[in-house]
Amino acid sequence: MTKRPKMDEELAAINKQVREMTDHIRKDILNAVDAVVHQDAAMAQKIIDQGDEVDDMEKAINSACFHFMATQAPVASDLRYCISVRKMARHLERMGDHCEDIARYAIRMKEADITQELRDIPYIASMASRMAENAIDSFLNQDQELAKKVWKADEEVDEVYRKVFEEEMQMAAQGDNPEICANLAFIAEHLERIADYATNICEETMFVLEGEEFDI
Amino acid sequence: MNTMKKKAFEIRDMDLYYGNFQALKQLNIDIYEKDVTALIGPSGCGKSTFLRSLNRMNDLVKGCRIEGDIRFDGEDIYAKDYDIITLRKNVGMVFQQPNPFPKSIYENIVYGPKIHGVRDKKTLNEIVERTLKEVGLWEEVHDRLHRSALGLSGGQQQRLCIARCLAVEPEVILMDEPTSALDPVATSKIEALIQELKTKYTIVIVTHNMQQAARISDRTAFFLVGEILEVDDTQKIFTNPANKKTEEYISGRFG
Repeated sequence: MTKRPKMDEELAAINKQVREMTDHIRKDILNAVDAVVHQDAAMAQKIIDQGDEVDDMEKAINSACFHFMATQAPVASDLRYCISVRKMARHLERMGDHCEDIARYAIRMKEADITQELRDIPYIASMASRMAENAIDSFLNQDQELAKKVWKADEEVDEVYRKVFEEEMQMAAQGDNPEICANLAFIAEHLERIADYATNICEETMFVLEGEEFDI
Repeated sequence: MNTMKKKAFEIRDMDLYYGNFQALKQLNIDIYEKDVTALIGPSGCGKSTFLRSLNRMNDLVKGCRIEGDIRFDGEDIYAKDYDIITLRKNVGMVFQQPNPFPKSIYENIVYGPKIHGVRDKKTLNEIVERTLKEVGLWEEVHDRLHRSALGLSGGQQQRLCIARCLAVEPEVILMDEPTSALDPVATSKIEALIQELKTKYTIVIVTHNMQQAARISDRTAFFLVGEILEVDDTQKIFTNPANKKTEEYISGRFG
């Protein structure tokens, strides 16, 4: 049996909080994409309404880590985990903000005919959400290979994003639905940012595993 | 970084036996000049035994036998013709319990220099003032130098013992849990003193206080059942140790 039951108990509690927050964000990303593609304004509104919950989760994780570091004086992997969890919670909260922004665009476009203008938006959405899923799993399971896979995928997301953004902006300037196309361009930008935060989470995975700062 | 530093001690394939019992096994470690090297590990793992081998204090233990190579400034300290008096002058020691002689503060400090032949009163006075200043005790005791050292507080006594050690101008100071009998304030003073002393001396310290090792040492060696499981920069040991056992020990999960 461990000689630090209270320490392990507190670590387990922090881990549970992290899992709850990741579950929330996974759902937010999928729902935000669905809300755009299926023009589901109610779903979008729900994401916006629950925005404060994500903020509260981040604060609770930070506070638990702060307390843990002050009272348990963690070292080595416990310390690395604790530091990374605080940053991880920040990245998740930012992902949540982008989901809210996407949801606002979904509400704005709830009545519009967007089918013809979607282009590669569903593709970049599926890539970004898969990256977020994999990044979260890489952190929770301390899976280095999965983290590397996410980094690789980010290059493709960047490429697709540039293409989608240019196309939508071009159509915004020339097409029949300028506002819709501009909105979709900005949604692509938010998805690209979510993918960036996924790579940030993978940097935390690597920090916990290797004890060194990685910058991708 | 450490490869650029000069080695005070080089230990290679060191075994130590008490009779038939092998207390230390195949130790290999370099101790660098003007570094603080912390020795950590559970009770009975051989840290203090190893520390005492560095100035041949174990010679006094019956049945103690050492094999392997222990070099101080490049010389084999267990060689037959090695001068043990000089070794103990160069490699001083401070113990867990402050152990001043039941004499005056002044006599405690001049005891060593006198044995080594210093007789000049002015020189002895200078040694007393210099060493008491080095350990931050001068202001506290300069007006009662001829009173008994046993009247000092525990923390002051320990600093006096360090001053006594410095009086013979050693190169290395071995410290065997020097703060474990002291309160937190006295402990902080000794820790701050160690940081001062390392600019001039090489320090090897045995400690059971993990945070103390993390705070004050440059290198840390983790001992377990007579072996050194890991030795590395302290920062590495406390942020990302290579050995799972080291990690479990420093995080307090066993030991």
